[in-house]
Amino acid sequence: MRLFQLYPLGDAAVTVQFGDSIDEDTHAKVRTFSAYLERHPFPGLVEQVPAFSTVTIYYDPWVLSEQGLYNPYTRVTEQLQNMLKLAKKSQKTASPRVVEIPVCYNGSFGPDLEYVARHTKLTPQEVIASHSRGKYLVYMIGFAPGFPYLGGMSKKLATPRKQHPRANIPAGTVGIAGNQTGIYPIETPGGWQLIGRTPLRLFDPDREQPSLLQAGDLVKFVPISEEEFWQRKEKAHGA
Amino acid sequence: MGLEILKPGLLTTIQDTGRHGFQKEGIIVSGAMDTFALRVANLLVGNAPHEAALEITLTGPSIRFTQDQLIALSGADLSPTINGESVAMWRPVHVKKDSILEFKAPKAGCRSYLAVAGGLDLPQVMGSYATFLRAFIGGFQGRALQAGDFIPCRTCDEQGIAQSFSSSNWTPDPQLYPNYQPNPCIRAIKGPEFELFSETSSTQIWSERFQVSMQSDRMGYCLQGVSLYLEEPTELISSAVTFGTVQVPPEGKPIILMADHQTTGGYPRILQVISADLPILAQVVPGQTISFEEVTLEEAQQLYIRQEQHLVQLARAVHLKKNA
Repeated sequence: MRLFQLYPLGDAAVTVQFGDSIDEDTHAKVRTFSAYLERHPFPGLVEQVPAFSTVTIYYDPWVLSEQGLYNPYTRVTEQLQNMLKLAKKSQKTASPRVVEIPVCYNGSFGPDLEYVARHTKLTPQEVIASHSRGKYLVYMIGFAPGFPYLGGMSKKLATPRKQHPRANIPAGTVGIAGNQTGIYPIETPGGWQLIGRTPLRLFDPDREQPSLLQAGDLVKFVPISEEEFWQRKEKAHGA
Repeated sequence: MGLEILKPGLLTTIQDTGRHGFQKEGIIVSGAMDTFALRVANLLVGNAPHEAALEITLTGPSIRFTQDQLIALSGADLSPTINGESVAMWRPVHVKKDSILEFKAPKAGCRSYLAVAGGLDLPQVMGSYATFLRAFIGGFQGRALQAGDFIPCRTCDEQGIAQSFSSSNWTPDPQLYPNYQPNPCIRAIKGPEFELFSETSSTQIWSERFQVSMQSDRMGYCLQGVSLYLEEPTELISSAVTFGTVQVPPEGKPIILMADHQTTGGYPRILQVISADLPILAQVVPGQTISFEEVTLEEAQQLYIRQEQHLVQLARAVHLKKNA
């Protein structure tokens, strides 16, 4: 496969694809280009969305066409190809930010911890140790505001989703679904196996960066006590 | 001064042209389903096109104006009346204090827009007034309007000019609007995974009619009709999707993503509705049918540019009227 492919996503967006698998090398290219775009926005760029193997660029064809003078798709792809070269040359891949997420793996916060332990033939303590040992790459934010798609969970912890989804999962809940782990940023229904909860707010519309996590970050889970959970929660949510 | 909501209607929300720049954080764009109509309504009252307006769905609300107000209604014709008298759409209308705006039966289309001169006096969240219903943010308290709500309006310092609007019978050229007819043909370009579909499915998507199901909403339109399948099952890696993406889950029933669409998805994308036809699609009432017609990317962008040119013309015409 070539270095990258460009294809239109309709008449107002274009996707740059850097690979066709979910792996850290492909995602490093995604991160490099996404960061370059962030530093070098061009007229008509609306926004960009990095994902597992792609960066999608939303643009305004009216602006790119300079009020109807030029073909906007030709214009935007020329622009992007140029930027792809420059991004590669600059090689300014900053080392990823490591974000520590405190998690209380206590019974009431992790009602499925016992189930996951039985399923994986581990003790609950071993599940916690394994889950909080790894570093997890944030491949993409999607599905819900601030929801991280995390890679890197130990295969030993893989547990299928629940047969019957729960109607309400509180914000901050940490769960496992298949070979993925994730954190619910807002209260939603869902079928994940719930193993703990973080006192941090993953999504806050009043923050300058509403999502705590960004694509390309590394997440480290840090076990905390229930007492510490309530202290940190009070702090995170203000007085 | 403001709008007092006497009855909320089926689904009345505050929208603008969308919350852009945060999709990479999982925050959906939202905004008006028919951004063309919203922008026209704003222009007609002398606002910037992206100001907040009310999006009114099928069964309209009852609204009392607590002040003399210059307004415009656009989009779907839901038989609007002021104090019982039918009121013209797509033109500026001067409304006296304590008048009541109501809607009767939907005549054409699904979503109507109400803009007020000066705009609505509400806080922006992440740079936008749009209501994101699922996350309870933006708009008016992050939710659909309810009876008893009071929506404050900014004072319009051009009251004198506003009066002249009311006295003129001026209305812009209807040629400038999209043609909202029932059961429309929607133009689309091939989606990124079009070639992965079976020969039968890739023919049927252009030849068959699909019914917009009753489960359709601001997130997406579920289409009933023939089922569409890939030539062979393929697992895709999730990537960005957008307003107008037609995706097909494994059971074969296509879904068109609308204004409240998720930011990313992993289903194969058979088509992408062109931007110029999104307003027409936004006005399709559940139960109606649609068909798809293929255009090239270049044609799609030319149609988009023409629509933007119409808006520029309209903005100029309004400016001339204001200064006449």
